Amino acid sequence: MALTVDIVKRFKGFTLQVSFTQDGGTLALLGASGCGKSMTLRCIAGIEKPDRGRILLDGETLFDSERHINLSPQARRVGLMFQRYALFPQMTVWQNVRCGAMRGRTGEARERAVGETLERLGLSALADRLPAQLSGGQQQRVALARILVSKPRLLMLDEPFSALDSHLRFRTEEETRREIRAFGGTVLLVSHDRDEIFRMADRVAILDAGRVRAIGPRDEVFADPGSRAGCLLTGCKNLSAIRRIDGNHAEALDWGIPLELALREGTDALGLRMHSVRPGVGENTFRCRVADVVENPFSFTVMLRPVAAPENSVPIGWELPKDEWRAMAAREITVHFPAGELLQLKG
Amino acid sequence: MDLFPLWNSLRIAGISTGIVFFAGILSAYYIAKAPRAVKGLLDVALTLPLVLPPTVVGFLLLLAFGPRRPLGAFLLERFGLRMTMTWWSATLATSVVIFPLMYRTCRGAFESFDENLAAAGRTLGLSNTYIFWRIRMPGCRAGILAGTVLSFARALGEYGATSMIAGYTPGRTATISTTVYQLWRTNEDGLALRWVLVNVAISFAVLLAVNLLEKRERRR
Repeated sequence: MALTVDIVKRFKGFTLQVSFTQDGGTLALLGASGCGKSMTLRCIAGIEKPDRGRILLDGETLFDSERHINLSPQARRVGLMFQRYALFPQMTVWQNVRCGAMRGRTGEARERAVGETLERLGLSALADRLPAQLSGGQQQRVALARILVSKPRLLMLDEPFSALDSHLRFRTEEETRREIRAFGGTVLLVSHDRDEIFRMADRVAILDAGRVRAIGPRDEVFADPGSRAGCLLTGCKNLSAIRRIDGNHAEALDWGIPLELALREGTDALGLRMHSVRPGVGENTFRCRVADVVENPFSFTVMLRPVAAPENSVPIGWELPKDEWRAMAAREITVHFPAGELLQLKG
Repeated sequence: MDLFPLWNSLRIAGISTGIVFFAGILSAYYIAKAPRAVKGLLDVALTLPLVLPPTVVGFLLLLAFGPRRPLGAFLLERFGLRMTMTWWSATLATSVVIFPLMYRTCRGAFESFDENLAAAGRTLGLSNTYIFWRIRMPGCRAGILAGTVLSFARALGEYGATSMIAGYTPGRTATISTTVYQLWRTNEDGLALRWVLVNVAISFAVLLAVNLLEKRERRR
């Protein structure tokens, strides 16, 4: 069930150059729009042709530029769910799913497979509807059914929930997670939504400008995203360039304060999650003025500017529950930034 | 009133629409996939008959198919096929004139087709033939239908190229449009008016059909 990808594809002003391996479980490609994550899936599916490289699945070569191997999408037997689902508009739900059951089945077996798949995904009642008569969530499930019935060796989902209204997303996501578990094989998921990826994936790859910047188990990547892009993509919003003073001291240039921490080789910026600011005294303690307070539905974001920092320094955001902030609200407050919570970033 | 021109017009329009139906769809499909430079050149060449005066098209056809021209002489000697002054030469002229209409409407329909649908079909393992006939063609149906009906309507109205290559022989090459001109020229205005009314009635019906079709497609 192992997938190995090592491809290069050149575009105007942008080169996609990704390599990774995934053996079972769900790998999520996290990246901003236009970073090449959808293109990567299309290359694996055989819809786009990379300029160079290799793609292997279960030991079979799907693409190899040197050996001039480029299997047709039909021969690759990989499932790709498109962002807008790409259901055939003039076909009913039954006919759409039947299109996925054409390969390797005939007559009775084909119809039975369609019926069973619709039943399992709770779509039997919608069998005679056209895609335009379905809700977004139902369309997503039909697209999933159509792919699952084709028995793909690899399941790829391109932004599977981005076309849905937010209230539909959570339930559809839950159902999709269940189907992915039942599928049991290797799954590639593409998204720009860190929450979605955190809930769905075992491993995460961070894509930025066509390259894999970090790849690893989900928790490790979120704890140490490695690059500025990774820091922002995993939802860390406080970011400052640094000037290294010595191995244990740096000046945070954007925040305008000195910080003490064991610096890694090459670290040129630091990130600090909005949840990682701690009240009171500890490592890296600063007296801060409250520059602004932003109210969210269930929390406050308090913008802090250290008293020692210049007036034009970038304030540091701190998100905390409403009750907690109400209890300590003041115009000046003492906080600290634990050294272990500072994300060390490179590039 | 001799009804031959009506029958001849319908026959010429019907056959040339049939020819152009397949030729237009196929060239639109393959040209849409061609490399950019080839595409631009072929596109201009195939659209030319739409903007050229029909008399120019007729002249060019005579240059190629006239009985003393190489191609025309070859067809005449080898197959006994006379390419001028016959009703099928009118079919040839009409096909050339209406081809761009079919080609351009089909190309528009193919280009606005969502390629992800075809890509999805391929990843599901559907054959390219299946995808073409069962997914791409139904998706472009409205455009293809509109192109076909428009081509037929224009074919009925063809005059310039037809009159040059097929002339006007009552009972042999006369069409509604050439008959109207001939009757007017010979001061038979009353009869000409009758043919005018026949032509208006047919065109009206055809365009009405287009509108109804479009409305039905939009409802789907």
